[in-house]
Amino acid sequence: MMVRNQPMREALRSALQEEMRRDERVFVMGEEVGEWQGTHRITRGFLQEFGERRVRDTPISEMAIAGAAVGAAMNGLRPVAEMMTISFAFLAMDAIVNHAAKIRYMFDGEFEVPLVIRAASGWGDQATATHSHSPEPIFAHFPGMYLACPSTPADAKGMLKTAIRDPNPVLFCESIALYPRPGPVPNDEDYLLPIGEAAVKRAGADVTLVSFAAGVHWCLQAARELSKEGIECEVVDLRWLRPLDMDTVIASFQKTNRCVVVEESLPMYSLGSEVAAQLQERAFDYMDAPIRRVSAADVPLPFARELELMALPNADKVIASVREVLR
Amino acid sequence: MPSAKVKKLLGWYGQMVLIREFEDACDRLFWEEKQITGVYLHLYSGHEAVGVGALAALTERDHVITAYRDHGIALARGLDVGACMAEMMGRVDGTSGGKGGSMHLADRSRNFWGGYAIVGGHLPLAVGIALASQYRGEDEVTLCFVGDGATNNGYFHESLNMAAIWDLPMVWLIENNFVAMGTRVEKHAGEPELHKRAAAYGMKSLGRVDGQDVQAVHDITRQAVKYARNKGPVLLEALTYRYKGHGVSDRSYDQRFAAELAEYRESKDPIELLKRKLLQAGHADETSLGEIEAVQQEKVKEAVAFAAASPAPSEEHLYQNVYVETERA
Ligand SMILES: Cc1ncc(C[n+]2csc(CCOP(=O)(O)OP(=O)(O)O)c2C)c(N)n1
Repeated sequence: MMVRNQPMREALRSALQEEMRRDERVFVMGEEVGEWQGTHRITRGFLQEFGERRVRDTPISEMAIAGAAVGAAMNGLRPVAEMMTISFAFLAMDAIVNHAAKIRYMFDGEFEVPLVIRAASGWGDQATATHSHSPEPIFAHFPGMYLACPSTPADAKGMLKTAIRDPNPVLFCESIALYPRPGPVPNDEDYLLPIGEAAVKRAGADVTLVSFAAGVHWCLQAARELSKEGIECEVVDLRWLRPLDMDTVIASFQKTNRCVVVEESLPMYSLGSEVAAQLQERAFDYMDAPIRRVSAADVPLPFARELELMALPNADKVIASVREVLR
Repeated sequence: MPSAKVKKLLGWYGQMVLIREFEDACDRLFWEEKQITGVYLHLYSGHEAVGVGALAALTERDHVITAYRDHGIALARGLDVGACMAEMMGRVDGTSGGKGGSMHLADRSRNFWGGYAIVGGHLPLAVGIALASQYRGEDEVTLCFVGDGATNNGYFHESLNMAAIWDLPMVWLIENNFVAMGTRVEKHAGEPELHKRAAAYGMKSLGRVDGQDVQAVHDITRQAVKYARNKGPVLLEALTYRYKGHGVSDRSYDQRFAAELAEYRESKDPIELLKRKLLQAGHADETSLGEIEAVQQEKVKEAVAFAAASPAPSEEHLYQNVYVETERA
């Protein structure tokens, strides 16, 4: 398989472009996706290639963007709707939670809702409280919708293609911090990664680090540092928060007996809470230390750079937690 | 001695120059000096006559609220220039202690209820602020600035309708700069004459005003405030023009709208228009206006020095004011 080096932004663009070429039913809509070429440049060149019918600039109307995507999906199209940032998905929360995620079940299989909502997620660029969110766990709370959160360009491509082809609704969360980050991407139009499959991104026998999206990179950096002192971390990249691949986490935990969960999200009712609960339910006998969590500070996130850096998780905080579980 | 009327015009001139200078300084501090690091920095340049003219029609008791493009509104409302600049830099002496940044200036003592960054999000807050005035039987008016792009989400519809059915003392002032980020108003609004939306709510409309003309904005807002104080909500649309990209990082704007931009700068600039008016009427000469400009430039210089000398917030601030501190068991 041919591989080329691409930033995640371009991997996402080519995945979306290829799917639009492949399937006439796929179209994009959202704020500034057309003429402006996409706030994050994922849809650059799309208006020129696909025209206004399939590349639809919308008003600032998140509720209707998400709701219309649900209706179009029910009626046979394959919408890929864009939330400029996930902070604005809160305005669309009802359409996402009450309709996208529930219609299949509520009408007992009468309808399919094959939609993808792409949302730029994450914080750390002084966007201040109302624009600083990594709320993936909130959205993953609801059954009926999948949640994707890739950490590498290759995963982003394979997961987005799968999400678009799947008959179920998928909230596809893209880390803003990772958009420019390059990595090898298979040059294959049918590069598909299965829904709900985690990946071990680094093997190690001492501690299991569980994370997703940007957090995976803090874990990998911490693992490289700790390796210099002979501490070997296994890094599990969940890739999807729903379905949640606990089997991969548990298999790793049975080997290491220690776990740190790392996330950009807030600490309460979080991924860390969920993984810790499931580990004690399903692997209690393997537990040699309390499970630790690294997350954002439990505050509405501040503007000042100095405060933001204090609140933001990073590799050093992961390292400190690894030392705790090894004590 | 200039007459009271001339004094007022000269005051507006000074305020508009202050805003222009402040915004130019922000641009520079972001791109060159790098003392402002936050990229969510939306400049008010070009809109000066709207903010200055409208706020001049309020009393101190009246209320003001706006979106993230808030520097000009804050300055026109008389917020301390140094505190505003310190907020841009995220310093403790900023209006929000460095925790809010450019998009979230506020000053309770001036009834300036803040800038808000979720499009449309502040509209229902304005409804509530006006409701509190009405509830207490006070005759204050709430002025809510609204971007053209913000007329298209549910917040707009729900808020205006509620204001109408409860006859709230409010002025809704749409600042139509013809573009929401990069989308033109004809493309984002089914009815691009936004003032017509009032009809849908049975609300009083005062139509459109030339937002480049500070006197015209003042006069019509005054009329709107009077109506709001006595009868109920009013919708008003000011046509204006944004000189810079959506935020500082948006540099494609200058090329995309180059011709229009040039036209506005050359023949419709709000500061130049007032200047010409003052000169033609003999209310001022180049020297006296130059003096006003120098005073404002000095204010901005001092503000930058004040901000740069203010310390960054510390870890203690990170956890402060998540809640009102009370004694809890
Ligand atoms: C709910 C929501 N959606 C999208 C955005 C991103 N956004 C910020 S400002 C803006 C354009 C707003 O335009 P307008 O209301 O005309 O105000 P202007 O910027 O011209 O002052 C957009 C789309 C946001 N902040 N909030």
